[in-house]
Amino acid sequence: MNLFTYERASDASGAIDLARGNAAARYLGGGTNLVDLMRETVERPDMLVDVTGLPGGIEPRADGGLLIGAAATNTALAADPHVRTHYPLLARSILAGASAQIRNMATVGGNILQRTRCRYFYDTAAACNKRQPGSGCDARDGFNRYHAILGASPSCVATHPSDMCVALAALDAMVQLDGPGGARRLPLLDLHRLPGDRPDVETELKPGELITAVEIPPLPIARRSTYRKVRDRASYAFALVSVAAALDVDDGGMVREVRLALGGVAHKPWRASAAEAALKGRPATAESFRAAAEAELAAAAGLRDNAFKIELAKRTIVAVLTDLKGEDA
Amino acid sequence: MNFTINGQSVEVEADIRSSLLDLLRNTLGFTGTKKGCDQGACGACTVLVDGERINSCLALAVQYQGRSITTVEGLGADGSLHPLQQAFVEHDGFQCGYCTPGQLCSAIGMAREIERNVPSVVTPDLSSASIAVDETELRERMSGNICRCGAYNGIIEAISEALVKTPASRAPATQATPSAQQGARA
Repeated sequence: MNLFTYERASDASGAIDLARGNAAARYLGGGTNLVDLMRETVERPDMLVDVTGLPGGIEPRADGGLLIGAAATNTALAADPHVRTHYPLLARSILAGASAQIRNMATVGGNILQRTRCRYFYDTAAACNKRQPGSGCDARDGFNRYHAILGASPSCVATHPSDMCVALAALDAMVQLDGPGGARRLPLLDLHRLPGDRPDVETELKPGELITAVEIPPLPIARRSTYRKVRDRASYAFALVSVAAALDVDDGGMVREVRLALGGVAHKPWRASAAEAALKGRPATAESFRAAAEAELAAAAGLRDNAFKIELAKRTIVAVLTDLKGEDA
Repeated sequence: MNFTINGQSVEVEADIRSSLLDLLRNTLGFTGTKKGCDQGACGACTVLVDGERINSCLALAVQYQGRSITTVEGLGADGSLHPLQQAFVEHDGFQCGYCTPGQLCSAIGMAREIERNVPSVVTPDLSSASIAVDETELRERMSGNICRCGAYNGIIEAISEALVKTPASRAPATQATPSAQQGARA
């Protein structure tokens, strides 16, 4: 690990001032990903600005939504009574991720900005366009069981590893940012990028920008929502495929509203807009669910080890929607 | 850097790159805390910080200045084991023992999380005011601690007896159900 300086900030403007003009500075949350990447020399910051002292409150808003300080821990958010009753898909997504120890350390802001767990990104002897632009991609023809089936590019097939972000994508969450150029808001869905020919540029954050909070709009149908994660072991593993969903079915058995997002399938949390469009106003039946899943995965492409994820994603979508519909019975 | 470790104030000079794990083991001699994977995958390095369990291998020591840290050395006292340590002995909760300090600290942190009504991914009803702890809950909540000897059944029995009462641990042994017996063999 390279040598660095350590500074502790107590508010966003202090943190931004400390990192101003220094492209090698990094904001430090719980450290569960950054410290690991520093040890592997994938990340080599010359300054760490500790932002765990910034606001981390979880406050209901007047409109029925929620405002979450970026320094809130993953555990605090999953245990929050309002989240558990109004947004169970969010609580379940967080609890499906990592271990209790890591959830106690990890912050909401850090969860959003965690890096891919692609083994070739971690291995500094391997070719990786994300870590070293132009060096190639050893994952495309390598071990790629965990890699992307949607939105990938010739230069990168990595996935975004967060579970929480899949729920946030389904909820139309907004991220509040602050930086040298001032404060702004961005939909979470627009924060992460698809890899294209610049997989090293993972987000729309400008230099020195910091996530300060996450806003969750009110969504009454999310009281009936869930998150299902399919993985190689029952606990403490990254997703092969995951689905966050909320479903509202009217008295006539028709889909009134639906939210659907996928994890483990792409370079960013994947909002299943095609599936949602295919479902709205349609009967809430297994046939409709399957047709919606087919629509979403129509453009999916498999690699050597991960083609099974296309069918797995379809079946998981159908299973989750069937479960949510079943709560009516 | 200043810390409170097992109730004692400690002032120490350390490399700013030190993990909390390396500081505890190499600088301060608290070698009860173990280094397994050094990347947050195994849980052998689990310690309690202000009562909450964390992986000390992923923690930069500098970030934890001023905090109260409990290691396995702080659980019992000379000649008197913590009740959970005693239960690990009685239920064969280990073979080689390498993961045990992390298992112990993790289980104590877990019990506090259950008291605070922190749910897990297998909690059926998230809106419930209290969590009915069964073996499924314990196994999920302890999944951040790997035991390569495979002493999981003894670990769960020890935790059930000493820390967190489950329906199985409350029932007399003679009334163990066929499914519970099957679980013990699995």
